[in-house]
Amino acid sequence: MNALHIKKGSSKKSAYDLKNSFGDTMERHTLAAIVDNEAGVLARVIGLFAGRGYNIESLTVSEIDHESKRSRITVVTTGTPSVINQIKTQLERMVPVYEVHDLTVEGPSVERELALFKVAGVGDKRVEAIRTADIFRASVVDTTLNSFVFELTGTPEKIDAFAELMRPLGLCEVARTGVAALARGLRDDE
Amino acid sequence: MTSQTTGANQMTGAKMIVQALKDQGVDTVFGYPGGAVLPIYDEIFLQNDIRHYLVRHEQGAVHAAEGYARSTGKPGVVLVTSGPGATNAVTGLTDALLDSIPIIVLTGQVPTFMIGNDAFQEADTVGITRPCTKHNWLVKDTEELASTIHEAFHVATSGRPGPVLVDIPKDVQFADGNYIPPENADLGHYQPRTKGDADAILAMVELMENAERPLFYTGGGVINSGPEASATLREFVAATNFPITSTLMGLGAYPASGKNWLGMLGMHGLYEANLAMHGCDLMINVGARFDDRITGRVDAFSPDSHKIHIDIDPSSIDKIIHVDVPIVGDVASVLADALALWKKRGSITNKPEVQSWWATISDWQKIRCLDFTPSPKTIKPQYALERLEALTKDHPNRFITTEVGQHQMWAAQYLGFEDPNRWMTSGGLGTMGYGFPASIGVQVAHPDGLVINVAGEASWLMNMQEMGTASQYRLPVKQFILNNERLGMVRQWQELLHGERYSHSWSESLPDFVKLAEAFGAKGILCSDPADLDDAIREMLAYDGPVLFDCLVEKHENCFPMIPSGAPHNEMLMNDAGVQDAIGASGAVLV
Repeated sequence: MNALHIKKGSSKKSAYDLKNSFGDTMERHTLAAIVDNEAGVLARVIGLFAGRGYNIESLTVSEIDHESKRSRITVVTTGTPSVINQIKTQLERMVPVYEVHDLTVEGPSVERELALFKVAGVGDKRVEAIRTADIFRASVVDTTLNSFVFELTGTPEKIDAFAELMRPLGLCEVARTGVAALARGLRDDE
Repeated sequence: MTSQTTGANQMTGAKMIVQALKDQGVDTVFGYPGGAVLPIYDEIFLQNDIRHYLVRHEQGAVHAAEGYARSTGKPGVVLVTSGPGATNAVTGLTDALLDSIPIIVLTGQVPTFMIGNDAFQEADTVGITRPCTKHNWLVKDTEELASTIHEAFHVATSGRPGPVLVDIPKDVQFADGNYIPPENADLGHYQPRTKGDADAILAMVELMENAERPLFYTGGGVINSGPEASATLREFVAATNFPITSTLMGLGAYPASGKNWLGMLGMHGLYEANLAMHGCDLMINVGARFDDRITGRVDAFSPDSHKIHIDIDPSSIDKIIHVDVPIVGDVASVLADALALWKKRGSITNKPEVQSWWATISDWQKIRCLDFTPSPKTIKPQYALERLEALTKDHPNRFITTEVGQHQMWAAQYLGFEDPNRWMTSGGLGTMGYGFPASIGVQVAHPDGLVINVAGEASWLMNMQEMGTASQYRLPVKQFILNNERLGMVRQWQELLHGERYSHSWSESLPDFVKLAEAFGAKGILCSDPADLDDAIREMLAYDGPVLFDCLVEKHENCFPMIPSGAPHNEMLMNDAGVQDAIGASGAVLV
């Protein structure tokens, strides 16, 4: 077959016209879905990921509007652009889902995560742990003579970095909430 | 929402269910009673507006509802009990999900206070059916029952249609509540977009005006969109003179006798249809979803074409094949908009180039890929279907259902469909056992129709218990069994891919189908000689009642053309001579 020689008309102005193929590099995306807070809604979302083999790196869910019974689910996932696109459209077509935003591509956004770290240690290690916590602006929410529990809020990278530094200082347990994220600024409809 | 607490709207949950079905225009329910739905069956007993058809297995109820829905355009309704009733419905639900058939399944559930206790006939029905329904609901409060049923109808029939399930605990059926009619019900926020984007439709029209080798590739979405969609499609094809092919699910949207018809495409599609897909420079996908039976090897699929994709489900876009112009919307609406725009711009096509494209296509058609060598001694399955077609095609009201396998592909190749909603087959899930109960559902919806289930003996046996249903309601369904005493398609793949080791692909003890029919009070016909076939088919058609037609056919016939797994469209197998080493190791892992 010869190459195509289709003359193009004013369809050049169409946003849809001859868009580029998806690449095949893995990307990390943060998706936010606004859903009805009804029984089973989380199972539906999780089931979609499990059934279709998508990754979940982090997941947070909580009611955000008690009156209208809506929850916000924030999912951090990795996949090729076509998989990310599938995840978004598959989520969007679910009956209890109002809207899905891909915060990674829809302009700048902020991401935060809260984590608790239990660090055991005495002597120099204990001193070093509290100094490092101070640098990261982590707060101490529990202490005994041989342990701390630190609370830290920040980007996932900051949490990772703190965990890395705590490990040689006696880190024994971590609890992370997963990512909560919001787009910066106002959307057109806000 | 009204909030009356007394008066005529106050009723039990069970009564509410029947009232909601009536208000939704339901006149037919397929079902099977059991402990957890007894209050509903009691209400059904007390009224005459809704006719209940007692099936013999819950899977049969769902397939019957699918046949009903597919042949009428209305949603099918199923009523089954908790536990095994619900789990038996799962295959039908999955089938309806993959083929986008609107079905409402109502299941009984153990009382709310016993849920989670491993009660008798308890199953986590909403959990089990979550991945195989478009949506499902567990109703724990009678006050919400009516609204939920109305919402279920809304969800099943809006956007891309599909099966939904409402699980209703027995205490909710007994309790009183306020009935809310459909016009007052809260249908939720599910409102899929139906109108296509104007810029995208403009891009579509421009590509069509300039295309040199265009092709319409249509699918089940055209049927689901309704008769207007088929009518507009026909007008568009006639006006542009573009060739048209269709998936298995889309047969009938464009008439088989139409002059632009290339026949079905795909794994067992026609030579000319597949080569046209491979060679086109503009593919206009109308309501099809690039299923793997269609695409073959994805990276070699129609390599030189611009692709337009009209689909009501945004998640179908770019799922398998990257398209240039996606148009999310209802087929009828998008086609009407596109046709109007195309006319307004002067009804332009690239006539000389399209003409030479037709010349290329007619060369492919000269291959006559469906020709076969008839035998004077044994009935070739293709011959059986040719004769069935010749003797039934003029019937004004013919409906065909099929089971799954070789016979299904031959039926798609050798039978012609002139109208939508006349062809009911399990395309996506490939459910053996679909066709017989589906034919029952079709016959219920069309009492005067000629309903024929083209079957293989192995598939047919999977839901043979529905003979009881056919007999009980005197449904004159014709079961046309192409009996090769083999799982024909499995056998064909074992021949092509597994060194002719026919592992478990035949049955050593088939029933005497004539006696089987008689045992159920139906008529049995056996035919094994090509010379007797026409008379035997006429006898089947003349009989006013269910017929089991045991047509003994050539046992080792293969279904061609065939795109072997892992091959592109231009590497078709045309006959047994071509099959040597046709499928490589990478193809063998595909299904």
